[in-house]
Parts: sequence; structure tokens; C-alpha cells
Amino acid sequence: MITIQESFSRTLLRSGIISLWSALLFLPFKGLRASALLFALLFLSVFLLTFAGSWVSSQLAKTAAVRERMRRSLPEDRRYLLLFLLPALAIPFAAQNYLIDVAVLAGIYIILALGLNVVVGYTGLLNLGFVAYYAIGAYSFALLNTKLSLGFWSAMPFAVIITTLAGFLFAVPALRLKGDYLALVTLGFGEIVRITLNNWDSFTNGPNGIGGITAPTLAGMSIETLSAYYYLVLFFVLVSIVVIGRVQRSSIGRAWIALREDEIAASAMGIPSTLYKLYSVSFGAFWAGIAGCLFAAKMRFISPESFTFMESVLVLCMVILGGLGSIGGVIVGAVILVILPEILREVQMYRMLALGAGIVLLMIFRPQGLFGGKVVSSRY
Amino acid sequence: MLRIEAIHTSYGPISAIKGIDMEVRKGEIVSLIGSNGAGKSTCLMTISGILKPSKGSIFLGKRNIAGLSPHSIVSQGICQVPEGRRIFPRLTVLENLEMGAFLQRSDFTSTLHRVFKLFPILEERKKQYGGTLSGGEQQMLAIGRALMANPDILLLDEPSLGLAPIMVSKIFRTIQEINSEGVTVLLVEQNARAALKLSHRGYVLENGMITLSGSGNDLLDNEKVRQAYLGE
Repeated sequence: MITIQESFSRTLLRSGIISLWSALLFLPFKGLRASALLFALLFLSVFLLTFAGSWVSSQLAKTAAVRERMRRSLPEDRRYLLLFLLPALAIPFAAQNYLIDVAVLAGIYIILALGLNVVVGYTGLLNLGFVAYYAIGAYSFALLNTKLSLGFWSAMPFAVIITTLAGFLFAVPALRLKGDYLALVTLGFGEIVRITLNNWDSFTNGPNGIGGITAPTLAGMSIETLSAYYYLVLFFVLVSIVVIGRVQRSSIGRAWIALREDEIAASAMGIPSTLYKLYSVSFGAFWAGIAGCLFAAKMRFISPESFTFMESVLVLCMVILGGLGSIGGVIVGAVILVILPEILREVQMYRMLALGAGIVLLMIFRPQGLFGGKVVSSRY
Repeated sequence: MLRIEAIHTSYGPISAIKGIDMEVRKGEIVSLIGSNGAGKSTCLMTISGILKPSKGSIFLGKRNIAGLSPHSIVSQGICQVPEGRRIFPRLTVLENLEMGAFLQRSDFTSTLHRVFKLFPILEERKKQYGGTLSGGEQQMLAIGRALMANPDILLLDEPSLGLAPIMVSKIFRTIQEINSEGVTVLLVEQNARAALKLSHRGYVLENGMITLSGSGNDLLDNEKVRQAYLGE
């Protein structure tokens, strides 16, 4: 048993190490005085927070029974979740253009993250180059639109098919690898696509990008205003949620989860493992293609700069932040990671630092993600 | 029913089985015994298609199934309970069993009832996660999951591994019960005495080759087997 004395000195030591380390990191930027101040502040706050944290968690433990009762009192029929649509539908009426813009971006990222979630969350194939499919979707849409002057609704299916095929063709050789090796190859693939787009001047216009993409139209009306475009994105977000949710509950989704849990056992059950992994990667690429089209049509201009490795990492963070394999979690993760940098715009250069620190804290205290935990079985 | 002819399997340059011939007849329990690294599991994995043989053929009826992919072998009616159970720990017991029926396109409720009749404990725990079961229960779940595929031949890889003696005898009784329902069983075991007692026939595997074969009782009485595997 740890005595109070012992835990006290351990807390002291821990706060000391944490604050000393942070102060050292700040030393080259802000000089000695600021670092000393930071050290003192961090030391006190970490020290106090540790005690506050243990108090909070003991209080939380007391409410466990209450929370369980609350969870049980939620209706079994999950159709009440549709109520969450109301605020989403109301955004264009209530908010300024800036907010709608952020919401559109969030929507595109939700589709992208849900697609990656199929590959990483359900099937357990780590993909570090997912942005490649996003880029292929966006570029094929942009090229079809500008070179062949196809409209949104006719260019999109082709672009999405091209992306899905690209996902499939790339997966055929890559799936011979497993785990870390697969992750490395996907990383390479992401870079290959970006560098190709950057250097193939005659076709993709190189680093100058492709401009002059036309706005989508619907029934003769041009979807040019931001709020109209918001509804278009919302529509695709809803489609992706419904379709991915249905696929997850189908035998294909079960096979993916079984493959992630134990590949040998899964193939002993008669699941053709390579085939189902191919399904998974292509299905993920399909949604990345849709997100790419929406991105290109929104921006009206795309360049290789939008499809860097950091973008892959960001989408992966969204998936992990919300909770691998949970649709609701991934949506929340995407929304947080789009909105947080906007809120933190005030603190300028420190926002990425704050974001990183936030993710580190989350991984320490809630490694299963915000809404993870019930990753697999959704029925009980 | 299942006839294996001159099968060779290797892991890279190391050959684990060097020409095995054996036969499993319909309705039998056949056990394959041998020490660590003799090639027992490799043999089973080769039959179930997870490993590909480099030479030789495996006949199921008249069809050569050597080198087919695991899922098409399962659909031919051969289902394996892998070594170390390998249940899906983060799926519920019921979901584990449902995964076993993956290739079943029709309603599998009757098969599920049959499994629950064999292992009543699984019905009690059907909403629990697989990983929360005890070792013995997990073994039952692994066997139950394989039975969900309605196999004609059940391949069991070390079902007694790491179980308490009372659990071992329970598992072996169930294997006999499954066999009496008409399922042919090929059993790989280190626990030679228990395995040979319930088997109709047995094969002894040494360094990737079969050195002895005969009926279960013959092997139990055999001097060499007694010395090497029964510790007498």
C-alpha cells in the first residue's frame, strides 16, 4: 500500500520533472526569466491538478451507478440521434460565413476520416498515405471538370471510380505486407502521388495547381453560395454515415473486424482474408474520392500543397482521437480537429503546440479515444 | 474420407514435414501425437490451407484440396480449431459463434442450438466478451465456433493446451460426443494418453515423418510409445 507520504513525494517529483522539462524546451525561445516563470507556474498547477484529478476521479467513480442508469434510460431505438441533425441543418441560418466555411471543411474531413476509419479502425490496416486517395479524387475531378468540362454530377462518379480503382490497384501489391511494413509502404505511396502531381507539369500543371473549377449545379441552379454548398456536403456526410454504418453491420463489416482481431482465426473461419482487405482499402478510397471531389469543387482551385503527409497524419489523428472504429467518435474527432485550430488562431504559433499537447494528454488518459471503448460489438 | 499422400511442407528453407501419408476415415477420431516440433501443427495447418504444401496431395473424397485457399477448404467441410484457441477477445461469445458461421448463407439457428446444447455455459455467457472467459470456456468457444461451420471433418489443434485436468477430461468427453453425432475428428495432441484413449486410430509423428501408426489401443500398448510419450 502506498502511504500518503509516499504519494506526496512522488507527486512532487513528477511535477518537478514535467515543469523542468517544459521550461527547458522554452528556454531557447523565451529566455531565462520567462522559463523560470513557466517552471514555477507549471510546477504549482501540475501539483495541484494531480490532487484535483484524483479527487475528481473519486467523485466520478461515485457517479458510475447514476451514469449507468442514465445510459439505460436512453431509448433502445436509436432514431433519437436524428435530433442531432437539427443544429446541423440550422447552421447556415444562424451563423456567419466564416463559421459555415469551417463547417463545410469539417464535413469534408468527416467523410475522409470515416473512409480512413474503415481501413484503420475496422480492418486494422495502418495507412499513413491516405491523403493520396484524397488527392487522386480531387485531381481527377478537377481534370475532368476543366479539361473535358464535365459538370459536378457527371465528373464525380468517374473521379470516385478512378480513386476506388487506384485504391484497389495499390492495395494488390501492398497487402503482401503486414503491420509496420504496410504503414511504411502506404506512407511512400502518399508521397509518390504528391510528388507526381507536383512534377507532371503538362498534365497537372505542377505546383501551380488547377484553377477554374466550376461550381456544382443542381436542377439548373448553381450551388455557389456557401450555405447551399454546406447542404451539399451535409448530404454526402449523411450518406457516408448511413452507408458505412450499414456495411459495418453486414457480413463484410464483421469479416473486417474478425480480420483485425485475429487474421489466422478469421481465415480458419473461412474468411478470404486478402479479398476482404482489398474490399476494405477500396471502400476507404471510395470515400476519400468523394471527399476529394467535394474539396476541389469547394475550393475551385487545387494544388499539390493541399495533399501533404501532414494531411494524412491529421486525418489519422481524427480517427484515433474520436475512437478507432466508432462512427460517432470519428465524427467528433474530425469536428474537434477542424475547429480547434480555428479557435486557437488567437495564439498563433502556439496552436499546433497546444494541439499536439492535447493529443498527447488524450493518449495518456484515454488511449481508446474520446468515444472508443465499445469499439466492436455495437449490439449489446 | 481424407487421404494425405506424401505431403511436404517447409517454412522457408526449413522443411517441417517430410512426406507424410495418412488417412482419416468417415466417423473416426484419429489422433496425431508427437513431441514438440515434430510437425503436428504444421500438418494440420497444411490440411486447412493456412500453409501451402511444397509437394504431395490431400484428397478429400476424390478431390485434391492441397494448396487451396483456407476459405475454400472451409467451404469443403473441413474446419480447424487453431492452436491456442484464438477466439476473438473483443467480440461477444455470440458474435464469435456467428463468425464461425461466416460461410453459412442460410439460417444457422439450429446449429447455434446444437452448440449451446453441447456447451450450456456458452449460452449463459453469450453476451460476455470472449476475452473475459476462462481458458476452458475459451476452448469450448473455439470448438463451438468451428462447429458453427457445420464441418464434416473437425481439425483440433491441442485442445488440452494449458487447461486444468478436470477441464481436459471435459473437453475430451465433448469431443467424443461431437464425434458420435457424426463429425469426423482429427486431433493433434501432446497429451498422448488421453488422446489415444478416445481415438479409433493414431499416428506418431517424429521429425516430420510418421514412425508408427495403429489403433488407439495398440499404440497405448506399444513399448516405444509408452517410453517416449507416456513416460513409463
